[in-house]
Amino acid sequence: MNYELALEKFEVVIGLEVHVELNTNTKMFCGCRNDFGDEPNTNVCPICIGLPGSLPAVNRKAVESSIAIGLALGCEIAPNGRFSRKNYFYPDLAKNFQTSQYDEPIAFEGTIDIEVPSGAVYTVDIERAHMEEDAGKLTHIGGNTGRIQGAEYSLVDYNRAGVPLVEIVTKPVFGAGAEAPELAAAYVRSIREIVKALGVSDARMERGNVRCDANVSIRPHGQEKLGTRTETKNVNSLRSIERTVRYEIQRQAHILANGGTITQETRHWHEDRGITSAGRPKSDADDYRYFPEPDLVPVQPSKELIEQIRASLPEKPADRRKRLQGEWSFSDLEFRDVVNSGFLDELEETVAKGAKPQAARKWWTGEIARLANADGKDVSDLSITPSDVAELATLVESGKINDRIGREVLQAVLEGAGNPAKIVADRGLEVVSDDGALMAAIDEALAKQPDVLEKIREGKLQAAGSVIGAVMQAMNGQADAGRVRELIIERANA
Amino acid sequence: MSELTPDLVRHLASLARIQVTDAEVDRFAEQLSLIVESVAAVNNAVAGDVPATSHPIPMANVFREDVVEPSLTQEQALSGAPDSDQGRFRVAAILDEE
Repeated sequence: MNYELALEKFEVVIGLEVHVELNTNTKMFCGCRNDFGDEPNTNVCPICIGLPGSLPAVNRKAVESSIAIGLALGCEIAPNGRFSRKNYFYPDLAKNFQTSQYDEPIAFEGTIDIEVPSGAVYTVDIERAHMEEDAGKLTHIGGNTGRIQGAEYSLVDYNRAGVPLVEIVTKPVFGAGAEAPELAAAYVRSIREIVKALGVSDARMERGNVRCDANVSIRPHGQEKLGTRTETKNVNSLRSIERTVRYEIQRQAHILANGGTITQETRHWHEDRGITSAGRPKSDADDYRYFPEPDLVPVQPSKELIEQIRASLPEKPADRRKRLQGEWSFSDLEFRDVVNSGFLDELEETVAKGAKPQAARKWWTGEIARLANADGKDVSDLSITPSDVAELATLVESGKINDRIGREVLQAVLEGAGNPAKIVADRGLEVVSDDGALMAAIDEALAKQPDVLEKIREGKLQAAGSVIGAVMQAMNGQADAGRVRELIIERANA
Repeated sequence: MSELTPDLVRHLASLARIQVTDAEVDRFAEQLSLIVESVAAVNNAVAGDVPATSHPIPMANVFREDVVEPSLTQEQALSGAPDSDQGRFRVAAILDEE
């Protein structure tokens, strides 16, 4: 159903579960390395592959990181928490259960304010943040390789099994209306920013360090009872989260408007087709037969530890944004543009390396974003650093090169030709600032357009344009157009 | 305590991936009901204001420092697997969650 019509008929309620992989050295319950991209099944031991007789032990750093996340989300920290076994049979965990927290999560009852692209701010209530372990990675072979449908068998790598996870669960979020998809994406972006600022996760979505399950339900306006929800699993980019929520709103509205009912189920997002498809029916919590983990004793963080972690929390992302906007004197629109394009960190670093804020903003949100988009790449995959951009901005600022050459240099940096100063030197791109050379080119151009000086003397300054163009062309673009203009006017008034 | 119905026994068996015959379902329903009733006797021994105990020994905060310890080699890890391929455990494809 058309999105606007769906919103006219129904109220949207969303709920988000975000899994954050912690960047501890070791796993949650054993001393195996927590690292991405190692040879399969080389970071495994009897504990994380569930061999009989093995005994888990809780990673102290993972608990401290979890407390930091809880505090950053404004949560209470449980004075007494414990682990539970979540029982299910699936080969992604060899133990036949996931060690998780059920009725006593480490953190609960928080709130976070989320700003969406329109500038509106929504308060999202956090229900809980609990500790658990990640599962292994399955590769489905045969049939349509990579997808489970039609697979003949699966291969399991347990390197990721047991990696510490914090699952952050929101309460139902009401009232975002048409902005629910943007709110969902902005929320996950904020969680990412927070865990990155805390230094507790690498927070790279493309590596699955931050993953989102999006719950969506709709109900007719004015109805009190919540609609049946669907949970779309493992949506792995901010853009996909937005699209998933929007798609589910429209899909559910279409079904309800035609007298159908929504099935409570997990769904999968297909980025290529832009749709979700049904997964398994959602199990009841009872079916997991949670019970307290007998091999692990309770976690009872002391008040001193909690206060010590609270005191070491970095500046809140929202406060940091406010501070930076002030320092850079950006308008709301300019600043929002930076935040929404995801370049805040890069911009801050570029400014720290000596670029003027406006110049840094222009490069990142303009040309660099454009080039990344054109290549269909994430900017983090582009081989350009804030130092490069600061160098480039300084070269332009000092008049050594002009904007057009700057864009050419940027392209060369992305192609791996080195840093901007080197490229400018190697290719002789520095603008001609020798007035003598410029004057020679101006006189040559004036010889072909003899009436220009007269027009300028009559006050028609725009007449200089065609001469500037000719000079720029003669100089292969390596002239400071402003200086050329000054010299032409000087010549006219001489 | 309510009795364990045959349907509940079948559901539990399916969660535990155990195949049961109709005769076993009836027998287990009877036996499990008896076990649940017996355990429920604990409810009579304590009042409601006693917090549930999951760990009988008063001990908390047993932590491991975040220091890498040697793992198994890939060969060792796979040595007990019924089947393996490309350094990974090979298992039957199960249509379930991804």
